[in-house]
Amino acid sequence: MQREIAAAADAVVIENLTKVYAEVRAIDGLSVSIHESEVFGLLGPNGAGKSTTINCLTGLTKPTGGTVRVCGLDSAAEGSKVREVLGVSPQETAVYPYLTGRENVMLFGALYSVPRKELDARVDRVIEKVGLIDEAGRRAGKYSGGMKRRVSIAMALVHDPRVVLLDEPTVGMDPQSRRAVWDFVAELRDGGKTVVLTTHYMEEAEELCDRVGIIDHGRLIALGSPAELRARYGARDLEDVFIQLTGRRIREGS
Amino acid sequence: MFREPAFLFMMILFPVVLTIAFGTSFGAVGGPQPTTYNLAVVDLGAAGSTTPSHQFAQAIEATGVMKVQYFSDNGTAQSALSQGRVQGVLLLPAPFDASVGSFRSFPGEPGMWVNTTVSLYLDRGSLLSAQVIPSVVGQTLQYSVFGVRAASPAVPVAVTSPALVRVQSSSMFAVFAPGLFAFASIYMIMMVAQSYAGERESGLLSRIATTPATSAEVILGSVVSYLAIGLVQASLVFACVYALGYHPVADLAGTAMGFLIVAVFAACNIGFGLVTAAIARTAGAATGISFLFLMPQLFLGTFVGTALSSTAQTAGRFVPAYYVTDALTSLFTRGAAATSQAVLTDLAVVSASSLVVLLLGVQAFRRFMRP
Repeated sequence: MQREIAAAADAVVIENLTKVYAEVRAIDGLSVSIHESEVFGLLGPNGAGKSTTINCLTGLTKPTGGTVRVCGLDSAAEGSKVREVLGVSPQETAVYPYLTGRENVMLFGALYSVPRKELDARVDRVIEKVGLIDEAGRRAGKYSGGMKRRVSIAMALVHDPRVVLLDEPTVGMDPQSRRAVWDFVAELRDGGKTVVLTTHYMEEAEELCDRVGIIDHGRLIALGSPAELRARYGARDLEDVFIQLTGRRIREGS
Repeated sequence: MFREPAFLFMMILFPVVLTIAFGTSFGAVGGPQPTTYNLAVVDLGAAGSTTPSHQFAQAIEATGVMKVQYFSDNGTAQSALSQGRVQGVLLLPAPFDASVGSFRSFPGEPGMWVNTTVSLYLDRGSLLSAQVIPSVVGQTLQYSVFGVRAASPAVPVAVTSPALVRVQSSSMFAVFAPGLFAFASIYMIMMVAQSYAGERESGLLSRIATTPATSAEVILGSVVSYLAIGLVQASLVFACVYALGYHPVADLAGTAMGFLIVAVFAACNIGFGLVTAAIARTAGAATGISFLFLMPQLFLGTFVGTALSSTAQTAGRFVPAYYVTDALTSLFTRGAAATSQAVLTDLAVVSASSLVVLLLGVQAFRRFMRP
């Protein structure tokens, strides 16, 4: 298992992260540094510890051990400041169904203390970026799954965060919508943001990520760019890498 | 389905709680309603245990229907009436003894009588006592004081009820109306519980927890919102009861105090709602569990006074809604002053309850807000 030395320009530094629930070690000594302006993927099967890692990053879950630093801020000691620089789009597309898409984004802009005079412009900008201009005035409860996920991403971006956490951003989406999200994530990276995404879709990790951390049973079992990992293990794709490392397939969702 | 807690609650606990609540409220458990009324007697004449006025008061008590309390002046007695400590005030004028004496000396000569009038003030908030007391007082005067058995005999003493005009216009609705304010507010428990449990289920609370907004800010914002909802509900109830004929006799200060008490009570129900949401895993379960806090308040705390059995009245003193209804009855029905002792005591109890319950709810909310 590789262990990185944290570089001065690392957006996220995780050192020996551990999370134990009763007798289950959801995360077991995870250490990784995520560079600024990169798209970093956490790849693994369901139950591997990806979402738990994200929750520890955001402060929703208190780690049992280890440290997490985001943009130089200690997640445990400076949680409020960490949440100011983070934008989180969780796995569940949590939106208020009786508010319109625009109102949902505005609400979270207010929660992130975006100045009132800037809020309208930012909301317009981010809604346009996720391609929801025409539907922004409809109640979110009437949206399709893909549209809800897009407004969820917009809610995570309205305050222009430095680090964006996308937990399974394309699950349940049709191929066209998935491609649109991939293009959008690439734009975020090109715009200087650091993107951390979790996925169990191999092709998503291969297509999007500058580097991939493969996680299984709470442990980081491989780290590198998709090309590096394929070369290192002589694999056709990341699925093969996973099979060689674990002897199992990552079961993909629909 | 028999493993699901919400289903088990609705199948077993809910019918038990409902039956017990109805039983204690309407007398099946704890005995029938009390039939003794408290009557304040103010004797403006000469004091003495052998005077006709004293004998009159003793005869009233001997009926077993009323318990007599002596007051030295009308002002104190009226205050007790407005605060609900007595259900009527019997004002015996100074010439009462002379009037009875004149009848006994000259029973068949009305020209020799000293005529006088006894005033009977009644509690508008108690329909039953408003009907029972005048009847008992009148009959006791006829039979025990004057010893007259005829259907409509002439006697030198007349009984008037200065407040009867208003009593005649009251209805059972007037008895229950103050309780309706608390009744409407109590359902906020279910609203708050469903809302937060649903937001937790959908992941919204976790999502909000990833923002810089502190739990204190989120809680304060929601408490203020629900307090505003509580005031809107109270205003709607006020408008409806007024339109239906119940016209509160409180002045501006009394009305404002009434709304203040309802607002403080809303905070208590928000607390119960937060506690419920902390216990429940789903919005559906929250609906069911909220009845644990909702039902006792509904049945024991909204229709107080002689409408409940003695056991229910005792049990009612442990639910905050009881004090809300009691205060509103004093303010809106009896016209008690906003700063009267009874109203301030009720406000203090509701405030203390609300503070404790809301703090409990806030602690529970903080715990279940995160995954």
